[in-house]
Amino acid sequence: MLKLENICKTFNPGTVNESTLFTNFNLQVKKGEFISVIGSNGSGKTTILNIICGTIPLDSGNILVQGQNINKLKEYQRSKFIGRVFQDPAKGTCPSMTILQNMAMADNKGKPFNLTGGINKKRISFYQEQLSRLKLGLEDKLHVKVGALSGGQRQAMALLMSTMTPLDFLILDEHTAALDPKTSEIIMELTDEIVREKQLTALMVSHNLRHAVEYGNRMIMMHQGGIVLDYDAQKKKQTRVDDILGIFNEISIECGN
Amino acid sequence: MIDILIGILEQGFIYGILALGVYITYSILDFPDLSVDGTFPMGAAVAAIMIVNGMNPWLALVVAFAAGSAAGLVTGLIHVKGKVRDLLSGIITMTALYSVNIHIADGKSNLAIFTGETIFNSGIAAMLPEVLQPYRALIISAVLIIICKLVMDWYLNTKSGFLLFAAGDNQQVVTALAEDHGKVKIMGLILANGLVALSGAVLCQHQRFFDVSMGPGSVVLGLAAVIMGMKLFSNFGFVKGTTAAIAGAILYKACYAGAIALGMEAIDMKLITAILFLVVLMFNTGNGKKKGGQPHA
Repeated sequence: MLKLENICKTFNPGTVNESTLFTNFNLQVKKGEFISVIGSNGSGKTTILNIICGTIPLDSGNILVQGQNINKLKEYQRSKFIGRVFQDPAKGTCPSMTILQNMAMADNKGKPFNLTGGINKKRISFYQEQLSRLKLGLEDKLHVKVGALSGGQRQAMALLMSTMTPLDFLILDEHTAALDPKTSEIIMELTDEIVREKQLTALMVSHNLRHAVEYGNRMIMMHQGGIVLDYDAQKKKQTRVDDILGIFNEISIECGN
Repeated sequence: MIDILIGILEQGFIYGILALGVYITYSILDFPDLSVDGTFPMGAAVAAIMIVNGMNPWLALVVAFAAGSAAGLVTGLIHVKGKVRDLLSGIITMTALYSVNIHIADGKSNLAIFTGETIFNSGIAAMLPEVLQPYRALIISAVLIIICKLVMDWYLNTKSGFLLFAAGDNQQVVTALAEDHGKVKIMGLILANGLVALSGAVLCQHQRFFDVSMGPGSVVLGLAAVIMGMKLFSNFGFVKGTTAAIAGAILYKACYAGAIALGMEAIDMKLITAILFLVVLMFNTGNGKKKGGQPHA
């Protein structure tokens, strides 16, 4: 499905701040895998997501999706088959547009944004049905500007919008980190529900170890640009948060922290 | 008194088209587009030279729109493809257009339309019944601004229009929709500068001359109209951004006429423009800007 081959990435090359993060990094993701990615700050979790999405260029290596090399595709071109939810709830929606307008735009992804009406009235009931799944009452606020919603509500909408049209990958970049504990749980459950229902392949970076252990069917831990731990579904089931915390500490001690 | 009022409305309607263009770039796209100072006289130059050469005045409007759009495309390309900052991209186009405009006007920095048909004295205007003849300039400019407004309202409610709002609101969303936000920006600049040049072409036909010095101050006028309109109507949710921009233009022209009536001279024009803009900005506590940049469904 997704294959990262010999990825190399150096930041600020040729300066005193030069830092090499990845040297020949490899990762293979199979269809239907829901991978939770954990690791300390600076371990390269978000960078690898950015490389997959095309937000930052890579120095060398290959990104293959279903055998096709996508190195040359720009970020917006990759969006055709990748959906992404960011840590910042503000990134996934347009604040000065209404809920309905945001939903209508998301619904049109992959189709031309031409001179036909922005809102297809026949689809409104579908949007309401989708919004009602969030159990936030947004289905009755279709004409409210998204900017007036709370961070949790916006993040829920961002999740809904990014998964509305068919996609190959869902990229979740610490998407519950900016939310309060309760909202964070709701969003996480919703994510799991959507991933299962649409049988998505997903990569989720999380600092919430419990989420990382509880959800998904594969888990990897990154450290200094490498994968130090890779558990499959079976192994993951037997793992508890404390085990992971232990490994975390060990690695940190090795680093001399 | 009535004459002054009619004059204000005529000017307001004509500059209202300019305000609609500035509304697109400033309010929707959040792009401070200074190319307006070049595209406004560009429209006037195109109209003047075409009419002097005996061409159809309505065709002159179409060509002016196209010329302005082309200039908008240039600003867009400089910014998006050349990765030059938005403000500077506009300044580059504006500066280049100063020379281009003089070239368009046959090498002259001003060009008067002594004879020749304009939209205000031929065709539809000439067909108006006798009683309405004194008001024909008002009627023609009103019809033009209404058409522009209706077309824009329609466009802003299409899928393409939504994308324009999204590009100004949150580029990341445009990217997530698998669309190139650079292209959307360019499209907005094309449309906006087309409208600005159209406004210049109408003004040129109204005052029957082109002068290269029409340029400086037009962006300020457009911004003042948009900001003032947004500010005044931001409390009324049902007023569309386009309506607010046009109302702002009329109001601006009214203030302007007031200043002239108080004894300011013609050479003080730009000074009045600048002071009025300053007043508008100072009364605008900063919440009027993004508020207006909303689609209206």
